[in-house]
Amino acid sequence: MWIYEKKLQYPVRVSKCDVRMARYLMEQYGGADGELAAALRYMNQRYAIPDKVIGVLTDISTEEFSHLEMIATMIYKLTKDASVQELEAAGLGPNYAQRDHALFYQNSAGVPFTATYIQAKGDPLADLYEDIAAEEKARATYQWLIDMTDDVDLQDGLKFLREREIVHALRFKESVQILIDERGKKKVF
Amino acid sequence: MESQERVYTPYRGPFDPCPPVPFKTYVVPPNQFISFQPPDLPQFSLPEALRLGTLWPALFSPYESKQGGR
Repeated sequence: MWIYEKKLQYPVRVSKCDVRMARYLMEQYGGADGELAAALRYMNQRYAIPDKVIGVLTDISTEEFSHLEMIATMIYKLTKDASVQELEAAGLGPNYAQRDHALFYQNSAGVPFTATYIQAKGDPLADLYEDIAAEEKARATYQWLIDMTDDVDLQDGLKFLREREIVHALRFKESVQILIDERGKKKVF
Repeated sequence: MESQERVYTPYRGPFDPCPPVPFKTYVVPPNQFISFQPPDLPQFSLPEALRLGTLWPALFSPYESKQGGR
């Protein structure tokens, strides 16, 4: 069960009216390496993984949902007051034709989210290495998004999210170490 | 802190249609050098940790937009 706290994990400020960025941010909303894919991947993998690391998957999955909420907030702020012409100029004409100003789980090219973006192999190492790779891919996506905007406030929120991916990748690497060393010894080097 | 940026020079062909980029960069974040976080590492202050996205200076990775900021 989850308890919802009615606030964002990190404050989202968007200071520049740049509808174009709304479209690119959708890569992290409903894209292959996006927050939805991450959250669903971990939330599902945790049922077939040794007990010691279930909590890591649950915690990180939960946090990914809060990141999804932040990305949604960014997209919402950038599109809510946009005219049809502005949406069209930003490449969001097809989105308007389908659903007015509604958000949807799709990537920056308008491809709808699919469960084929995520995997569950049932092998703890295979699944955790997929998760590490997913975090690094999300980190890279955040870098490209940061590169695409000169809005320092939007950059600020994206930098926070990027740093979280780095921490998550390490937590998954630690999970691998826990599973490798069944005697519970923690090697530090 | 040691730079987390790596630089390489991509191949330049004699008949490239576009002006060549002098170099390319990529980031190697600090999580690549830690396989298990040791206990009792130094911590950021809590407001600083919220701003940066991590409690741990050892895990902090700065990134600046290639477009700059306004």
